[in-house]
Amino acid sequence: MATIQEKQQALIQEFELFDEWMDKYNYIIEMGKSLPTLPEDKKNDDLLVPGCQSKVWLHVEKRDNKIVLSADADAIIAKGIVAMLIEVFSDQPAKEVAGAQMKFIEDIGLKDHLSPTRANGLISMVKQIKYYALAFSA
Amino acid sequence: MAYNVHDIRKQFPILNQEVHGQPLVYLDNAATAQKPLAVINAISDYYLKYNANVHRGVHTLSQRATDAMESVREEVRVHINATEAAEIIFTRGITDSINTIAYGMSNRIHQGQNVVITAMEHHSNIVPWQMLCERTGAELRHIPMDEHGELVINGLEDIVDHNTAIVAFNHISNTLGTINPVEEILSRSREVGAWTLVDGAQSGPHAQVDVQSWDVDFFTLSSHKMYGPTGLGILYGKRERLEAISPYQGGGEMIATVTLEKSTYAGLPHKFEAGTPHVEGIIGFGAALKFLNEIGIESISAHEQNLLEYATEKCSKIEGFRVIGNAKNKASVLSFVVDGIHSYDLGVLLDQQGIAVRTGQHCTQPIMDAFCIQGTVRASFAMYNTFDEIDSFMSALSRAVTMLR
Repeated sequence: MATIQEKQQALIQEFELFDEWMDKYNYIIEMGKSLPTLPEDKKNDDLLVPGCQSKVWLHVEKRDNKIVLSADADAIIAKGIVAMLIEVFSDQPAKEVAGAQMKFIEDIGLKDHLSPTRANGLISMVKQIKYYALAFSA
Repeated sequence: MAYNVHDIRKQFPILNQEVHGQPLVYLDNAATAQKPLAVINAISDYYLKYNANVHRGVHTLSQRATDAMESVREEVRVHINATEAAEIIFTRGITDSINTIAYGMSNRIHQGQNVVITAMEHHSNIVPWQMLCERTGAELRHIPMDEHGELVINGLEDIVDHNTAIVAFNHISNTLGTINPVEEILSRSREVGAWTLVDGAQSGPHAQVDVQSWDVDFFTLSSHKMYGPTGLGILYGKRERLEAISPYQGGGEMIATVTLEKSTYAGLPHKFEAGTPHVEGIIGFGAALKFLNEIGIESISAHEQNLLEYATEKCSKIEGFRVIGNAKNKASVLSFVVDGIHSYDLGVLLDQQGIAVRTGQHCTQPIMDAFCIQGTVRASFAMYNTFDEIDSFMSALSRAVTMLR
């Protein structure tokens, strides 16, 4: 099983394949499209990540000391971004998630590329995941 | 003289740049318009040569600044054909203008009376009236809208009645582009003796307004949507109306006498201009008005109308493209959704291709609710936009839609 570090590295390499940001966005969109949709009854307001311009539902649970994430969004780019977070963090030990260094968002340039309001949404998603991870690893 | 968009563009240096490696196509003009050199130069000229506080000093610079500011008041009077310059108030913006009236009416309105707005107002023409109604117990009513985004005025007699204190509505909708039937609404309001306020946020850069021929009580404009600086609004009010209401901000400049016990207010327009005014903004706005009038609002709006028709026709070829707001009379705004695609996603991918549009609810949540949508993409046109830019916009939009499907 790849570690959080290795997963981040793999994503960074994936993004390096594209020179154009439109192609990078295309990759994010494809990740969003391939993320399974959450059933309607799971898309309740308690699961909404605050501070996102579009609706992002994030479900965090703990299975055998591991964090398991599922998510959905009404906008596909937001869904692609949350899909990347799932790729990196889901199925990882809670303790590791809580203490993980978030490198890839900066390394792929996404943070600089998002408008401030959208970057806040992304920070908000990461916070939410870490918050649960911390609670679950206590 | 023929309309020469390329000459006009030379006056707007900001347009000549790349965004994400693509030429900027600025189609967010309903949010704010770019500023021509004439405006930028007027502001720097003021700071380079005659910055001083106005109305107070006897020294030369103060006199010059005061004269410059007061001559803009006169130019605004001419522009909207007000009776006298004292009826032109400089505010912080349209939001401030509307709050000034809504607050000023607090003592003139009571339970049993009502305030009428429309179903297509900007939040800034909803919330101040809701607050007024909460303070006074008056009822807030609205003129409804149909599925084309046009006001339904055949039931106007029931909505605007003898208990109506004021009818406040926009000339042109910022979200739908609808040009509203101002004169019908004003005429019904006059019949019952209701006061009237027209929000000219979107009409300022697109339509010539004559407040005397409208016989409207209050009219408000936004400088930054008319190619002028931000932070400045114009509030026109008939003298008798402005004299009848109280100011909501106290301070310097707006008083006649002050003792520690009691102050008396200055006359118009100063009564509503507490504090040091936005002098650079006012001077910049004077330059913007001059610029606008030299090209001519009618020629500008004819050009924008051609762009709007061209863009609507081109974009309609995209599968699932749906215009929000199909009013017969529309100005300069193309608001739309593409079925199955979130407006934010389109906004991001358009921005990547150098196209600046607005996405979301445009401060008009009730309109979104009425059309049962989360938000729209809004492309809005100005004097400097070109047909080539519409082509770029169209191909960027097609590419975005293909990626997102």
